[in-house]
Parts: sequence; C-alpha cells; structure tokens
Amino acid sequence: MALKAGDQSQAAMNGLRDKVLTVDTMNQCVRRVEYAVRGPIVIRALELEQELRQGVKKPFTEVIRANIGDAQAMGQKPITFMRQVLALCVNPELLSSPHFPEDAKRRAERILQACGGHSLGAYSISSGIQLIREDVARYIERRDGGIPSDPTNIFLSTGASDAIVTVLKLLVAGEGRTRTGVLIPIPQYPLYSATIAELDAAQVNYYLDEERAWALDVLELGRALRQARERCRPRALCVINPGNPTGQVQTRECIEAVIRFAFEERLFLLADEVYQDNVYAEGSQFHSFKKVLTEMGPPYATQQELASFHSTSKGYMGECGFRGGYVEVVNMDPEVQQQLQKLMSVRLCPPVPGQALLDTVVSPPAPSDPSFAQFQAEKQAVLADLAAKAKLAERIFNETPGICCNPVQGAMYSFPRVELPQRAVQRAQELGLAPDMFFCMRLLEETGICVVPGSGFGQREGTYHFRMTILPPMEKLRQLLEKLSQFHARFTLEYS
Amino acid sequence: MQRAAALVRRRCCLRTPGSWGRSQSSAAAEASAVLKVRPERSPRERILTLESMNPQVKAVEYAVRGPIVLKAGEIELELQRGIKKPFTEVIRANIGDAQAMGQQPITFLRQVMALCTYPNLLDSPSFPEDAKKRARRILQACGGNSLGSYSASQGVNCIREDVATYITRRDGGVPADPDNIYLTTGASDGISTILKILVSGGGKSRTGVMIPIPQYPLYSAVISELDAIQVNYYLDEDNCWALNVNELRRAVQEAKNHCDPKVLCIINPGNPTGQVQSRKCIEDVIHFAWEEKLFLLADEVYQDNVYSPDCRFHSFKKVLYEMGPEYSSNVELASFHSTSKGYMGECGYRGGYMEVINLHPEIKGQLVKLLSVRLCPPVSGQAAMDIVVNPPVPGEESFEQFSREKESVLGNLAKKAKLTEDLFNQVPGIHCNPLQGAMYAFPRIFIPTKAVEAAQAHKMAPDMFYCMKLLEETGICVVPGSGFGQSKGTYHFRMTILPPVEKLKTVLQKVKDFHIKFLEKYA
Repeated sequence: MALKAGDQSQAAMNGLRDKVLTVDTMNQCVRRVEYAVRGPIVIRALELEQELRQGVKKPFTEVIRANIGDAQAMGQKPITFMRQVLALCVNPELLSSPHFPEDAKRRAERILQACGGHSLGAYSISSGIQLIREDVARYIERRDGGIPSDPTNIFLSTGASDAIVTVLKLLVAGEGRTRTGVLIPIPQYPLYSATIAELDAAQVNYYLDEERAWALDVLELGRALRQARERCRPRALCVINPGNPTGQVQTRECIEAVIRFAFEERLFLLADEVYQDNVYAEGSQFHSFKKVLTEMGPPYATQQELASFHSTSKGYMGECGFRGGYVEVVNMDPEVQQQLQKLMSVRLCPPVPGQALLDTVVSPPAPSDPSFAQFQAEKQAVLADLAAKAKLAERIFNETPGICCNPVQGAMYSFPRVELPQRAVQRAQELGLAPDMFFCMRLLEETGICVVPGSGFGQREGTYHFRMTILPPMEKLRQLLEKLSQFHARFTLEYS
Repeated sequence: MQRAAALVRRRCCLRTPGSWGRSQSSAAAEASAVLKVRPERSPRERILTLESMNPQVKAVEYAVRGPIVLKAGEIELELQRGIKKPFTEVIRANIGDAQAMGQQPITFLRQVMALCTYPNLLDSPSFPEDAKKRARRILQACGGNSLGSYSASQGVNCIREDVATYITRRDGGVPADPDNIYLTTGASDGISTILKILVSGGGKSRTGVMIPIPQYPLYSAVISELDAIQVNYYLDEDNCWALNVNELRRAVQEAKNHCDPKVLCIINPGNPTGQVQSRKCIEDVIHFAWEEKLFLLADEVYQDNVYSPDCRFHSFKKVLYEMGPEYSSNVELASFHSTSKGYMGECGYRGGYMEVINLHPEIKGQLVKLLSVRLCPPVSGQAAMDIVVNPPVPGEESFEQFSREKESVLGNLAKKAKLTEDLFNQVPGIHCNPLQGAMYAFPRIFIPTKAVEAAQAHKMAPDMFYCMKLLEETGICVVPGSGFGQSKGTYHFRMTILPPVEKLKTVLQKVKDFHIKFLEKYA
C-alpha cells in the first residue's frame, strides 16, 4: 500500500526528488535542436533590455533587435486596407460604419460568408477556407503568367514554417543508412536544421558560393548528394529563393538546373519563396519554381514533386504575428496528399484571422477599387524603403575594412563576412564560443546591437559572418551600420 | 531519353562557373526537344508514396475529422449539386465548434480584438472605454505596438501576467507565476509540444503515455506520430465515467512490461464523456502520479463548461497545491486551457495556454527553445486569450452586457446538455450518462448482432457502420465511439450539443427515429 506523502516531509522541504523530465530523460532529438535566430544571443539581448529597464548604466540606451525578420516590430506600418478588412471580419458591426471603404466591406463580407457561422471564430476545414484557397490559386496563376493552379493543391498553414515542417515530416522515413537525407543550403534559415534535428533525419549540406554572390551551383549539389549517399538516403532538396540569410535571387537558368537535378536524382523539391515580394536588385527577378517547372514541360512538369511555400510575414505586409501562410503541392501522390490533409486535421486548422489576412495579400485592391491608390502607395513605399536600406547596408559594409557584403538582391537581411583576428579566434575558443558568436556577443554588450552570428546559419569553415536585418528605419539603420563598423575596427585593433 | 539525359549530364559536368550563357540554353533546348518528342511514358514512381512516407504519420488517426466527416463533406457537395436526399442539410454534430453552429461571439471580446487589429478605431465613439483600455494595454506590449509583430516565443509578457492573475483568482489565491505560463496555438499545440519533449527511449524503455479511454483523439494521434507507447486506462461507464485509481494501477503495472510509463493524461471535464471529476478523485490521481512518478497532463479546456449542479471544476493545480509540499513541490504538472470552448467558442483564433509546475529549469529552457523554432503563437489568439482571462469586472461599462452574454451561452448549453441526456435515455437501446460538462453526448448504443455482422462484411467498426447509415439517411454527422476508444463489445457515438435548441430537438428526434428503425431492420 502506498505511503502517505506526509511521511516524507523532509524530502518535501528540499523538493529534491528526481524529476521525471530532465535533459537526460527528455526527447534527445529535441535536445539537439538549435534555432539561432532566437538563440543564446537573443536571450542575452533580453537580459540587457531588462537591465536597462532597471536603470543599469550601459554604453547604449537601447537594444536594437536586428536579429529577426520582423518588420513591424521595427516600425514598419501595416497596410491599411488589410487591417480594415480584418477589423470588419473581427467585428462585423463595423460593416455599417461610414469610416470603412466599400471595397474593404465587400471583402470582409465575402470572407465571412465562407466561414462557419459567418465568423472568424469557427474552425475552418483543415486545409483552410475553400474560398481563400481559390483566391490563392488565382494569385499564383496571375503571378505565374497564367499557369493554372488547382485550389485542392493549396494548403493554408500557420505561417510558412508550419507547412515546411509538415511536408518534411511526411518525407522522413527509414533508419540508419536508409534514413531520409534532406539537402539544405549553407548558409540556411535554421528552421531547416532544427526540424531535421527534431525529426532525426540526416542533414545534407550544400554550400552556396560566396565568391559568386551566393550562387547555387549544381555541381556542388552533386558533390553533396554523392557524399550523402554513403550515409543516408537523400530524398528532399530545399531551396530558399530569395535566400535567407544570403539575399540572393536565383536566376531562371539556375532554377531550371536545380529542377533537372532534382528530377534526375529523385529528390522532392521544397521551394521556400516567402521573400518573393522582396526583390530589390536591378537585373534580379523572382521566378517561382512552379512556373519554371511547368514551362520546362514533361517530364518535369508532370512528374517532379514540388512544394512551394509563401507567408504573410514578409513581403510588404510584414504581418508576422498573424501566422498566415500556404503551401502549394505539385505532382504529389494523391494518397500522400490525403495523408497531408489528415496530419493537418489533428491540429484542426490554421488561425482563421491569418487566413483572412492571407486573402487580402493574394487578392489586393484592383485598380478600379476605392482603396487601390492608398494601397499601392503604401506598398510601394515599403518596398522602396527596403530596397534603399538593402543598398545602404551593402555599401556601408563594403566600405568597412575587414567586412565585405555580397549584394543584397532580395529578402530582408545583410549577411556580411567579417575578418576576425587570429587572437580573437583563440579567445573565442578559450571561452568555448564560435568566433563569430564571440564577436556578436561583444558587439551586443558594447553597442546594444543584436545580430545573429553566421555560425547559426552555417558557413564555410574558417569564414565568419553575421546576419543583420535591414529593417530599422533608414536613419537608425545608418547609425547602426556605422556603429557596427566602428566596433569592428576597435575589435580588430584590440585583438591584433 | 538517353540522349536527353546524356545532354543534361554533360551540361552539368561541363558547366563553368557563371556561364549560364547561350551554350546552356541551346543544350537545354535540345534536351527539351528530345524529351518532348517521346510520347509521355507512364509516370515513374514518385519519391513520396504511402510506402516511402513516414510510417508514424501514416499510423495517425483523428476521427473528429476522419472518414465520416469526409463522407459528410461529399454529401454536402451532392446536395449543392441538387442531388435528392432524404434530408436538406448535413448537420455537423461531429466537432466542438460552437460558433459554426450559430453561437454568437462575446461582444466585448470582438470589440477589443477589432481595436487591436485596426487601432484607428481607438478614436471611434462607438467603442466603450473599457475595451479601448484593454486594447491599448495589449498593443503597448506588442513589438511596434502591432499585432503584426512576432511576440516572444513564450507569448506576450503582459498577457502571461494576466493569465497568471486569472489562475490565481480562479484557484482561490493559489499563486501562479507568469514565468510558468506559455501561450500556445490552441491547447492542442501545448499538449503536442509537452508530449514531444517527454517521449524518449527505445524498445522496452520507450516512453508510455497513459490516456483515458474514451479519449479525445489528439492524444492517440500525437502518440502515434511520436512513436510513443499508448497506455489505455478505462473510465468506468457504469459509474458515470468515473476515473478509478485501481484501473490506473492496473494499466500502469501492465504497461511496465513493455514500456516506460512516464506520463498520465487527464481530461477534465472529459471529452467525449463529459464527466467532471470530484475533488477526491483528483487528489487520488495526484497521489497516484506522485507514487508512480508520472508527469501529469491536465487538459482543462472545458473548465467553464460545467452544467450539473452537483459538480464543480477543481483545477489540478489548485488541488496539487492544497495537498501540501510533498506533492506541490514534486509532482510535475502541465495544465491546458483554450479560447475554443467555454462561453467564448473562439476556435478559429487558436488561442491557448499551458501552465507548467515543477518543471526542471533546464527543461523550461528546452521548451522555450523548441517553441522558438515556430517563432510564436498567433498574436491575435494571444490577445483573445487575454480578454478571456481579463474580462470586464463589476463597475466597468461593458460588464453587464458581457455577463448577460456569458450567462446566456452557458445557460443555453446547460439546457441542451440536459435535453440531450433526457431524450437519449428515452430511446430503447440508447443509454446516455449524465452530461456533467464539456459539449458532447457520448451515448452507448445497442447494435444488434446482424448489424455487427453487416458492419464486418463492410470492413467497418460496427459503430462506424451505424454512424454512416445515420449520416446517409438523416444527414446527421456524428463520430463513432471507435474513434475515441471504448470497452470491447460496447458501441457509442459522440454528438455535440451545440446546434440551437430547436434544431437540437429535431436532430435528437431524428436520431431516435433512425435508431428504432435500425433496430428493427437488424433484429
């Protein structure tokens, strides 16, 4: 019979019984997961903010969070039309208010009609509201010059991250040498490595070519694949275009070569295209994998398996907090597609406000609509601002001795390479830190600027980088870039 | 094909860096041309097939949106296309979605949400001051004062504080620490995350997770996906679905033979069963968990849905604390709540939280790390949760209307619970336990042997066969008990009590008529 708990009151006072859940007993795959974008440096940044609030004196008055692609957190305004439609959906009483434009009201009504109980509060079907999926399909068709998109191949998701994880989950099978291998770019957005670790899949790195503006080289894909086949079964190839953290926008020829490679080598293609609206460089253009695939004709168009991802978090919208996104699957086995639906159904549905917001992204005001002028003005202002900031970051970094920055062709980040003196590298090693982590930590402590070390994204051995967003307002960005450059100079001097 | 392939290969090998020039495109054109000339071969096998996919995902089942619901969808489409049926609409009584069945959202909640979504409205005279005050507070706590920024992965700080205050109030002063609160994308997200962290080991030391039978099939689905070991403990149907510690003991002893039982999941109020556990029962469960060193998961999403006057909701957290330090300092507990149920019914917002107790600090760090990969829960859902835990109080302008709306919803649900229980119990061959709480009836149905045989001939569980027939003949979609688990040889279905009262009466009448006909047909 069980002892009465009171018999062990001394142990109770200490509360020192061994726990059920410790780092040794937990899921070891989860233990291996790392996500640098919100990793140790960000935790330190939070601590510093806390200290500042408590009045502790620092060489800076604020912490600048240049670690994460969150435009609105850095002052970018939401698009008026989008928030109007959403507010009308949230509180339909506003449909009788004179303060909302007619086109916003019509949009809201249309969305609400498609919701259970005409409310954002009802669950939707697991792949998302049918009407919105149809709108997404039309958006894709328009974007891709008329190439048809089938709404049944569109699955709305809780941000793109959710869909990426779900597709990867489907792909991971086998064990030991037959364990699924996933090819990812180095440098990469660390959702990929984190998910691969969590799923205990095999990570297969292919290196982007820093010397050629982070170009994707099919020969390098081949190299990575051949080596990987000795230890795992590579089945998936992830491409981020425009790139994160690197910002390169792949040429059409490159995309074709990747598709051919994937087809020949029997790889399921994942195309992360969340920055498709963030293309700045002259001469760069976004080409969707879906479009290129289709235009390549059979067998690629009809047989190459592809999943393409988009999100409401980036672009000109910056609606990160709403967790809106979708995946379009192409040439997926119909039975697997049912499995995808089934897996999503366990979590019921993506957040419906995020779905509604996505609808306004894919179905913006038309030129004849009352809200069009303001919408266009706001959108162009955001994109022009980002383009200018991309250029500024690139220029200032390239003017700094010991820092060089590839052209920021797209996305939201600069990923400059920094030279670190040998003594600094040694010091870092003594402290058990990656050299660029050491650099970034010191930067944070001395200037309050929080960026993410390149080691968090992957880089060629012996090279060091950091990723800094281009999102702070222009003047602030300029100051940051200058402070950072000055810090680098001091740091180099200190350790020379 | 070989020529085309050779061209492709050669191009790959010969390619000089950066020379994506004319030679490439003419080779490409040539390759394409060769490929196009050949007639389309039968497609080669896909990379991702049922055979090659993740076997754990394949094993996942989720009945609430499973085969019967897919069938309901097909029938709805047929109705839309004008195909004649013995009914004019499909009644979706399969899922706990109150607003889909006509329940109205709480006005105050939607006002605050609208103000947060479009802050221009803060200047509008059509919104009450107390709503504006809440909205401003939330926005100030958001990056860039906008719902559009990512929040901290654990959730917006002041919302976590508000949740802690709510818990403390709910539990009669038992303190809650905001640091132990994690906002989540619905409760399902939190449950899934905690289970993920818990599952480890291999073979006989693989983590075992104890779940009630009948259960809400999120649990079995997640266990399947994680390749953990499902350990069933049976609720006692003859005793109002009571949780019997002897049964827990039996289950854990048996489980130890083939796995490492580490987790005990409780759903209170219960889904699908609707029972509300007594305080004594909760104490016994906590003691059992303490004895057997089990991590407790308390799914309390229906804490506001208690109808029976003899029942009260007791949170696991409060009972644990009141049992004294040996328990309250040692038993590891995660409690879950959601914006989807209660009187709010805000399913689509995906709002939720979990409160963790006695977690190892390193584990809390691991938890935040895991959550950080997905960045943050939807901020609008976090805001919705804030209003749930921080509603209007007496003296505030919106209090009266808020109270009225809340009481109206809960009163209505209580009425429908009783109505459903009573009506089902009048049907020969149906027995329904008291609906003490939650949103569902889970009546037991008698299925004649001939029907069981017919089901087997169709390769279906007998209650699935029954529910399919019900759907096809009346348009009413409910979920067979086999989707939730039940004692062998017994059959049930889960039906929500959410349709409006008059419709619910009609639905219940139709089920009754169907059941009687079914019994006659298979006598």
